[in-house]
Amino acid sequence: MFFPVPDFKGFDFFPHNTRLPFMRYKGICLTLSILFMALSLGLYYTRGLNYGVDFKGGSLIEMQSKNGPADLHDIRTKLNALGVGNVQIQSFGADTDVLIRVEQQPGGEAEQQVAMKKVVDTLGDGYTQRRIEVVGPAVSSELRRTGVIAVFSSILAIIVYVWFRFEWQFAAGCVIALLHDVLVTVGLFSLLQLDFDLSIVAALLTILGYSVNDSVVVSDRIRENLRKYKRMNLDELLNVSINETLSRTILTGMTAIAGILALLIFGGEVIRNFSFAMLFGIVIGTYSSIFIAAPLLDYLGVRRDNVGHALKAKETPPAKAKAAQKT
Amino acid sequence: MLHFDRWKIVLIVLTCLAGVVFTLPNFFSKETVEHWPSWVPHRQLPLGLDLRGGAHLLLAMDTNELEKDWLTTLRDDARKQLREAKIGFSALSIAGNSVQVKISKPEDLDKAYVALKKLVQPIGNAILGTGGNDIAVDKTPPDVITLRPTEQGIQHRVSSAASAAIETVNRRVNAMGTAESTVVRQGNDRILVQFPGLQDTKQLKDLIGQTAKLTFHTVHPTVTAEEAKQTRVPLGYKIYPSGEGEGGRSYVLQETPVVSGEDLVDAQPGFDSRTNEPIISFRFNQSGARKFGNFTKDNVGSPFAIVLDDKVLSAPVVREPILGGSGQISGSFTVDSATTLAVQLRSGALPTKLTIVEERTVGPSLGADSIAAGKLAGLIGCLLTGILTIVAYGTFGIFAVIGLLVHGFLIVGAMTIIGTTLTLPGIAGFVLTIGMAVDANVLIYERIREELRTGKTPIAAIEQGFQRAFITIFDSQLTTLAAAIIMFWLGSGPIRGFAVTLTIGILTSVFSAVTVTRLLVVLWLKAAKSKGRVVEVPV
Repeated sequence: MFFPVPDFKGFDFFPHNTRLPFMRYKGICLTLSILFMALSLGLYYTRGLNYGVDFKGGSLIEMQSKNGPADLHDIRTKLNALGVGNVQIQSFGADTDVLIRVEQQPGGEAEQQVAMKKVVDTLGDGYTQRRIEVVGPAVSSELRRTGVIAVFSSILAIIVYVWFRFEWQFAAGCVIALLHDVLVTVGLFSLLQLDFDLSIVAALLTILGYSVNDSVVVSDRIRENLRKYKRMNLDELLNVSINETLSRTILTGMTAIAGILALLIFGGEVIRNFSFAMLFGIVIGTYSSIFIAAPLLDYLGVRRDNVGHALKAKETPPAKAKAAQKT
Repeated sequence: MLHFDRWKIVLIVLTCLAGVVFTLPNFFSKETVEHWPSWVPHRQLPLGLDLRGGAHLLLAMDTNELEKDWLTTLRDDARKQLREAKIGFSALSIAGNSVQVKISKPEDLDKAYVALKKLVQPIGNAILGTGGNDIAVDKTPPDVITLRPTEQGIQHRVSSAASAAIETVNRRVNAMGTAESTVVRQGNDRILVQFPGLQDTKQLKDLIGQTAKLTFHTVHPTVTAEEAKQTRVPLGYKIYPSGEGEGGRSYVLQETPVVSGEDLVDAQPGFDSRTNEPIISFRFNQSGARKFGNFTKDNVGSPFAIVLDDKVLSAPVVREPILGGSGQISGSFTVDSATTLAVQLRSGALPTKLTIVEERTVGPSLGADSIAAGKLAGLIGCLLTGILTIVAYGTFGIFAVIGLLVHGFLIVGAMTIIGTTLTLPGIAGFVLTIGMAVDANVLIYERIREELRTGKTPIAAIEQGFQRAFITIFDSQLTTLAAAIIMFWLGSGPIRGFAVTLTIGILTSVFSAVTVTRLLVVLWLKAAKSKGRVVEVPV
């Protein structure tokens, strides 16, 4: 039989059989994580988030100058004279492109339209409209609410699933890791005052998915090893499990980051913040499954006698079971 | 795990081919695809407004106004009922969110109660137990009766008003000449208008920004607005302000109109033959023509008023009976406003004013830029992932990349068949699923390496690798799926597009990574064995 692909071996990125003492640093890592979470919460309450129009209401107008670079100073003077409140003007991607944000107008839905129209008319014929987003107070408060609900119900759905498939300790570790990821990402957005809009909520949800994916892979290995090494102490067992899955963790992280870097660099201005959140989230999600979810199990303890009762019998091949008895 | 029945192989190959076939039209321009023979799939992925440019307007109905209108009708109906039943009343007014009647003689209270009860209408489904009435009638002895719309009644009103509004908005939007626009209900009291390709939303907003309730009223023969304001407005009459450009005059008009816009069958913009001003000519249906004819016959020489949305457009004097059922309206129109109003009148009045609560417009240039950026990022992202995978796993890496290609074709193919619109977040979702789909392969291959290190034979290691990794893949993908489904359920607009891609991507990635790659590995094993060489796993 002919097979058109030549045989060649891959390059092993990461040394196997590592014995990195992750668990030795669990105290420091957990303390650091708690510190970061506290810091993020603090930032959120003091500095706040730079909400985009989706959540704050108001208008976002992207214009492109027809002749040469846009004169930000000129635009600023003109728009500040309009009396539509705080107007933010920034260059967006190319120097011909300007992004204008008009704060939510007092009054109601119709006033937002009026303010937007004023700005567009003031800029006049020298500019083409690239994008206009006007969100009234009713919609922005709804989007805020559903955004929060979406994040928390995702976490809830994930916990229920993990609880169902594993033990409650795994679910508890997972949820704290997930909360950590969300909080720290939100904290970063607060620190850098990046636009926090609907797409960032989508990013948060994806980060949750990725982080739990990572935690589940490690948990799966822990569950398997709990059956394999019945007498190994938990601390060491967790460490072995993390080490065994480390090459996978790193390689998958690398491919995911490769994709997101492409989005960040070439994906355009519109999804830049989204890509940035994702990039940060992948890193933090990987960190949290190794340094938070797994070490927490050590503190919470796991029942060793009938671990894996949820698994069907055929998933434990006899050969493996015998091997487990020997160890 | 390492055996494939022949029919399974056929099925897998067919699935992959289907993915390719359904994806293919997306690589060509619309014109090229149209020339293809009819048995080839033609369907292309519809692009979202953010990629092709267009306007998205979310409109909300004014529910307060609806309630107020309803109370007014209720008050008029109550008056009619009491008159028909010949029951005297000393007061009839709207108080808060109810209508209150004060009966002149307390002994008539029960009689009045029975009469007013006739106004109650059942709504909902009695069989399903959701039945109820639209209003509640209560009597408070000695002489007061209250009519109050129920919560359910209001819901029902709003809901049917929304349906009516959608039809009207649809007719108005269609008058702008695009078949591709969509008008759909969102929630109970909102309407979403999507208009691909539209950049300047002014005309669209003008068209839907006005209720366009046209009515023709009798002008009070003697009392002027100034007099009425100083003394009192005669019973059954009301003061109406005039519209812009009419010098701010007000008129005292009979509240019940002679004829209304509902009786119009046509309205067209035109020009007055004498003054050359823009006008609107209209035509009534039979009953409208009769009512209007009778009215003009009886009122030659006296003025009547044409009222649009409670503002007087003009108040001409009837010069001769208009029996043909057609006429014209003048009233300081511009060509644009006459055209807009004609469309509005033809499409019928909206049940209530619509406010724009959300607007998102993307110009065609940004859309094109986003497509280009999305394509480039997608291509580079896939390329990087592919290179990494091949470098890491050699021959098996190539299998994984073939699996990824299948995954890509299947996502796009599935989205094309379902007709999901592709949005910029959708492209981001696509790139992400590529990165995540590799995870399944990574899990399998790392596991094979691990099993090999424990001294297993290559075939056993491969078998174990696929088997053991599958449990993990299943668990990890299912949790991501949970997040994606919640995004779809709660998300709006951009989040939804992202969630759809992610969901489809998770499903196809399991197929491509687990099934397709495994098939390739099995075929490779067979080929190696048939050559009689020692199998060495190239991972």
